[in-house]
Amino acid sequence: MPTRHPSDALLLDYAAGSLSEGWGLAVATHLALCPACRSRVLAAEAVGGAMIDAIEPAPVAEDALAATLARIDADPDPAPRSAAPVRREASIFPEPLRSYIENGPGLAWRKLGPSAHTIIIPTGDRATTARLLRIPAGAAMPVHSHRGLELTLVLQGAFHDEGGTYARGDIEEADEEVEHQPIASPGEDCICLAVTDAPLKFRGVARLLQPFLGI
Amino acid sequence: METDTAAPKRDGAQIDPAALSRLLHAVATERDRAAFAELFRHFSPRLKSYLLRLGGTAAGAEELVQETMVAVWRKADRYDPAKASASTWIFTIARNLRIDAYRRERHPEIEADDPVLSPDPVEAPDASLGREQDAGRLAEALARLSDGEQALLRMSFFDDLSHSVIAGRLGLPLGTVKSRIRLAFGKLRGALAQPTDDL
Repeated sequence: MPTRHPSDALLLDYAAGSLSEGWGLAVATHLALCPACRSRVLAAEAVGGAMIDAIEPAPVAEDALAATLARIDADPDPAPRSAAPVRREASIFPEPLRSYIENGPGLAWRKLGPSAHTIIIPTGDRATTARLLRIPAGAAMPVHSHRGLELTLVLQGAFHDEGGTYARGDIEEADEEVEHQPIASPGEDCICLAVTDAPLKFRGVARLLQPFLGI
Repeated sequence: METDTAAPKRDGAQIDPAALSRLLHAVATERDRAAFAELFRHFSPRLKSYLLRLGGTAAGAEELVQETMVAVWRKADRYDPAKASASTWIFTIARNLRIDAYRRERHPEIEADDPVLSPDPVEAPDASLGREQDAGRLAEALARLSDGEQALLRMSFFDDLSHSVIAGRLGLPLGTVKSRIRLAFGKLRGALAQPTDDL
């Protein structure tokens, strides 16, 4: 089970619905791998339920119930959701991430710097960029800090940086105060989902390469 | 008392989570229209108020209330009272629909039957925090939060503001807002972790 979790603040944003889609994708994919955080989100959603209970009601139109029943009668029991696909082959990508990857038009790994690879994952969220990163076992990413927030969720392998070690399901929340150099652990390539809302700030040679890296 | 509060009014409308849950169960298993009408009378004015708070027009809020309640009818068989109260489950449906309608975005979610998902432990000690029988204690714990903590929750749930935006609005460092949220949730979790026999 994961040992590095999102903050309460991030889970509150997710439960309240104020988190934009890119961040939500990282949080929800962590939830698929972390029963403990699923129960934390249920508790935060219960706060939403309690606030709905407590809200001052606003009267609805007199015919609202009749109109709703008419909509139900127009299509009373739509076809049940298609059963879960029977594909049972091992995937490192849980839902909701898997559908984002499979539904993306022709997503393919492209080179990022000398040894890493990346795929940009399309979302409806213009404020963030979501990408997969594949870092060869043992390789180091350039030292960088952040102009905004970076969420990194490990899906395969592991990496370590100044903040500790992150393995499958672990999520790192790095903000403007964090400067780090992620290094993939030996053994297997490290594959992460990384979401950012501003370009990273690189130091040294990598800074000169940034226009070409596009990250 | 001003109506703009996160805490339930102790007088006024009586909310019986178990009764609401039974109504939802009747909709799921018997397609019971009278039960649905009762749920509609209870929830539709609250959902409209919620959607208006989030900046919808009156007509837009009416439309989303109807969409939410149609979804309640259609998905009632997926409601699990072991995980959430009826109010909480219906809140999440309205939340997802308003994100789609107002922001043109999705709310990414897990799929319970995904073979890659890590299953819940058999006896999850915390898995019950949102259950219907805890709704009363949660409401009381919310009412005991400080004014500042309640304001944070209102900004989050009713103003569509993320914690980083809230920090900017309040002119506070991000870390301060994060630790206030952590403290508030610590209090709520603490209240819910109390044994039930003190009621």
